[in-house]
Amino acid sequence: MLLQVRNLSCGYGSLEVVHGASLHVCHGEIVGLLGANGAGKSSLLKAIIGLLPPWAGEVFIDRRPTTGQPPWRSVSNSTVLVPEGKMIFADMTVRENLIIGGYHNPDRIRHLETVLDGFPRLRERLQQVAGTLSGGEQQMLALGRALMARPRLLLLDEPSMGLAPLMVKEVFTSIRKMKDLGLTVLLIEQNANAALRIADRAYVMETGEIVLEGPAADLAHNPEVKRAYLGKG
Amino acid sequence: MPRLRLLFLLALFPVMVAGAQLGLRAAGMEYCLTQLTMSVYYALVVMGLCLLMGYAGQVSLGHGAFFALGGYTTAVLTTHDFSGIRACAGVGVLERAGLLVAQQDLYGQAGLSVAPWAAFAAAMLLTFVVALLIGYPALRLRGHYLAMATLGFTLIVSKLLLGSALTGSADGIHGVPEWKLLPGLTVSGRSALRVQNYYLACGLALLLLLGLRNLLRSRVGRALLAIHDRETAANAMGINTAAYKLKVFVLSALLAALAGVFFTHYTGGIAPSEAGALKSVRYVALAAAGGMANLWGVTVMSIALNYCSLRGWFGSYDNAVFGALLILIISLAPEGPLKPLGLWLRRLAGRPDPERRTPHGAP
Repeated sequence: MLLQVRNLSCGYGSLEVVHGASLHVCHGEIVGLLGANGAGKSSLLKAIIGLLPPWAGEVFIDRRPTTGQPPWRSVSNSTVLVPEGKMIFADMTVRENLIIGGYHNPDRIRHLETVLDGFPRLRERLQQVAGTLSGGEQQMLALGRALMARPRLLLLDEPSMGLAPLMVKEVFTSIRKMKDLGLTVLLIEQNANAALRIADRAYVMETGEIVLEGPAADLAHNPEVKRAYLGKG
Repeated sequence: MPRLRLLFLLALFPVMVAGAQLGLRAAGMEYCLTQLTMSVYYALVVMGLCLLMGYAGQVSLGHGAFFALGGYTTAVLTTHDFSGIRACAGVGVLERAGLLVAQQDLYGQAGLSVAPWAAFAAAMLLTFVVALLIGYPALRLRGHYLAMATLGFTLIVSKLLLGSALTGSADGIHGVPEWKLLPGLTVSGRSALRVQNYYLACGLALLLLLGLRNLLRSRVGRALLAIHDRETAANAMGINTAAYKLKVFVLSALLAALAGVFFTHYTGGIAPSEAGALKSVRYVALAAAGGMANLWGVTVMSIALNYCSLRGWFGSYDNAVFGALLILIISLAPEGPLKPLGLWLRRLAGRPDPERRTPHGAP
């Protein structure tokens, strides 16, 4: 098991938004974390890497306890978060963004080539200022930048947010490819359809609690899920 | 291209420095070099602030106090008479090691004071500790806590300097001895050494500029830029943002103290106004006027404006000018007045704006 979260609670100020959530991700899996806006998905992800201090519960990465570690430590635990809204460094070039991603990777210059092989579009725009990329390209850059750290576990927060349907497809294809490269992915999505198509398993979160868990194929046929998140039935 | 620009600046800076000196000599106004030298030392403070504000995104209202901390430490140690404790064990050892030297005060009274090199080391060490103590708690929090903490520090330091007999109260300290930096190179206000000291200050500034430029182009500089741009993302990339901000703050405080030490030996004294809150606001205004994240711009701007101020061009409106400057810059040209000017020059030369470089992916 690469990531294990036990009864994790966290919140902002005095407001608890995640109430004792538990989940796990095995090596090589893509796991979806679905749920409506405000269900606490992003907060849970932030608490896993320490961007939000956990109030209770435990986090283990590769069986080592990492609860409450400062966020910059997560990279040394081979875990990288791709935050919501891409958060690329808009004033830097594409290349500089990628190099920053490899901040802890002494081999970053050589690894840059490997990453660029996966994202030919970024190679074309290497010297371009990142803020001038299209939304989809910026998401590709955010993914590429995360890969520069050579993570084993990727936490993706809404990678399809605000993208055109064609770009969404491309982004999900890239995520699929990452799995083939041996990466493990925990993926937050509001686009439940797309997420369930590439995920092995998924969790459904509602008002701060995990309410459903199962293989992606099962969840896609679950009447509850269909009604609430897939807009069918 | 950046290498070309560096070569250009490296050539331009010495030419400007030498040009100013030769021009002033030709005009029979070599006495102006004194104010120019002082302005260069003040510019070192603003260089440090440029690093802190432009790259780490933090504001300090305590750099005047750090300047004074450096200046006063060296002033007290090199003018205070320690011969009263000559009998103590250890003092003899220090004397033999050259850390304590015989000194004559203004009235020809012989005394025993700390050697300038040792005083310099003490000033840097003290500043390092103080900056760490202020920065550590303030920089663990997000937001502008550092500005508040350093403002408090400034107020405390200026009151202490005004109220303490050791620091000469409102008079400050004078009669600070000259500092023999190297054989043939002395930090001193003697008019015979005026030209030498001018080049010494400019050389020091150039050296620090190149050092800081290299720092900013390394992994450290990239990390700082990332923090400034998006702190959360930088954190997620594994950059320890709090530690970086603290390091930059301490480095910039050390630069301010370094400037204070040189300034004090150069002018032969220091007064409590150096630690005043308005002095710190002035440094912030100068960093803003130079474009914040623009080392060369900040240096040139602060030399020019401080020179005008020291020559008394702003009269009794001195502090008001810097306050107004800060308001104007923030509201009209938040990236500094040099940037629009630079873009205009580029356009005039028919070169594309760097902002719009390669819009469609062509290299």
